[in-house]
Amino acid sequence: MTLPLAAGRWTSIVGPNGAGKSTLLKVLAGLMPASGGQVLLHGRALHAWPRRERALQLSWLGQNEAAADDLTVYDVAMLGRLPHQGWMQPASAQDHAAVEQALRATQAWDWRARALGQLSGGERQRVLLARALAVQAGVLLMDEPLANLDPPHQADWLLLVRELVAHGRTVVSVLHELSMALQADDVAIVAQGRLRHHGAARDAATHRALEQVFDERIAIHGVAGQWLALPRLVPHAIQERE
Amino acid sequence: MSATPSLPALHHAVRGYWLAGVLALTGLVLVALGTGVGSMGLENLWPALFDAQADPAAHAMALQIVWDIRLPRTIGAWAAGALLGLAGAMAQGLFRNPLADPYLLGSASGASLGVATVLALMGGGAGMVGGARAAMAVSVYSSHWLVRLGLTGAAFLGAVLAVLLTLALARGVQHTLRLLLAGVVVGVVLGAFTSLVLLMSPDSLQAMQAFLLGSTGFVGWTACLLMLAVWLLCLAAAWLLSRVLDGLALGEATALSLGLRLAPLRAALVVVLALATGTAVAQTGLIAFVGLAAPHLVRAIVSVRHGRLMLLASFMGAALLAGADLLARGLMAPQELPVGVLTAVLGGGYLLWLMHRRTAPGGLL
Repeated sequence: MTLPLAAGRWTSIVGPNGAGKSTLLKVLAGLMPASGGQVLLHGRALHAWPRRERALQLSWLGQNEAAADDLTVYDVAMLGRLPHQGWMQPASAQDHAAVEQALRATQAWDWRARALGQLSGGERQRVLLARALAVQAGVLLMDEPLANLDPPHQADWLLLVRELVAHGRTVVSVLHELSMALQADDVAIVAQGRLRHHGAARDAATHRALEQVFDERIAIHGVAGQWLALPRLVPHAIQERE
Repeated sequence: MSATPSLPALHHAVRGYWLAGVLALTGLVLVALGTGVGSMGLENLWPALFDAQADPAAHAMALQIVWDIRLPRTIGAWAAGALLGLAGAMAQGLFRNPLADPYLLGSASGASLGVATVLALMGGGAGMVGGARAAMAVSVYSSHWLVRLGLTGAAFLGAVLAVLLTLALARGVQHTLRLLLAGVVVGVVLGAFTSLVLLMSPDSLQAMQAFLLGSTGFVGWTACLLMLAVWLLCLAAAWLLSRVLDGLALGEATALSLGLRLAPLRAALVVVLALATGTAVAQTGLIAFVGLAAPHLVRAIVSVRHGRLMLLASFMGAALLAGADLLARGLMAPQELPVGVLTAVLGGGYLLWLMHRRTAPGGLL
């Protein structure tokens, strides 16, 4: 299976529960060894990259990322600058600027002096996103970045990702909500540990593949220039499965 | 974008320095007071100490009391507290668990077994050395250098071996949960062996009790200097390794993604943790809760990254144990409470309060 991820594009990885979406993302991030095949970053095998250089290229935002509640929002975002800092090297003006930019981008700047433990789930998610942005890597890998975000902040996230992509960044996200995933440029469909389809989010073939992977239990509709995946209610489906 | 967006960082740094200053000063005051607690209080001691002409004999005795007994003891309490505070902050960061304590890797039970074994061998084997037994009354309070060296060495060796055993059972340091479980298992099993050793040599039971209760009463200058040197060494290493703990706070995957080389750095942290804990336990016995409470007390005042947290927790642990030592000596003077009992009671109370606060509405959990 080959999954080319072009620079300056946003790709969503979708698929049923347990299909291996998060595993694929972890392999892409170099956090897990691939059981077969290899991941190439700018044409060079991922494991051949020195750790720090790789960390500068790839930024990772995990699912339900744990975070020390005692740290301030500012300190958490500053952790994204670790790959930029040498041992015992204090944060530079550039680091502070990157942290401010990231916190402002996710509208978390006002809480910078608060401890992470004092924030709600959605607020915390925005701080963790800022942490990932602060790395200023060319490639952003995000596992369920919309978890805990309310609709206005989901919209903000979409705008943010579009802006990043417009500036040449590559974004890869695992999203279980299909309508959000279809906002991406490309969609990679994974099922039972295999890549089933990879194509533009607006392509009819992609929509067809999605419907098939989800056992025809969803239907994709175009509404106001956006694609919506809605459940298809088949009363006998449960009985048939049994 | 301004060039000074580091306001919160600066703010916390300033609060951190304040806290460090206050704690260091408290430590100094405690050490000063500690030189005067006992049957010969400050009011009798200090005139004799500073006026050699008035009564040369009293002056010599005062000098001996302060220099040979009280000063090393209070500085020892300070240093042991600093080691435990540092180890506690490190353990909580390493295991990503706010209730982790420095004894988790089995070091406490290992040290106990080591001491119990030496006591049993020395006490039980006294028949063979004949009259030596009376001269070398085996006790953790003994000042005989061979006994002290043996007990300290055994405690340290036991602590280090127990940590190694925990690491072997956990098959390395990669899996935090496995490491914690292995630590618990090693603690229980070595505890059982300790009981067995004590059962076979009832003579050493009383001496062993002093070790289990924890006391600063048998700290001399050598132990003091050793603890201070190890503390400085561990603090420097901890400072260097602090970014690993910061990264780990975000979870292992994120720490790896930030380019941190987790396996060797975590192994280095375990070594530093074992060294700090083993050294403190070897000199002062099992002193409960200082390592657990010190980092919490610091966090209740400031939100800081691990580098500063470990330094501040060190000072906090030092102030706690020096203070507890003063209380232990003063509360029932001229009788003395084992300081470990006092820290256990105070620390236990603090832990209960912490649990209550965490489960209360609006609490952290």
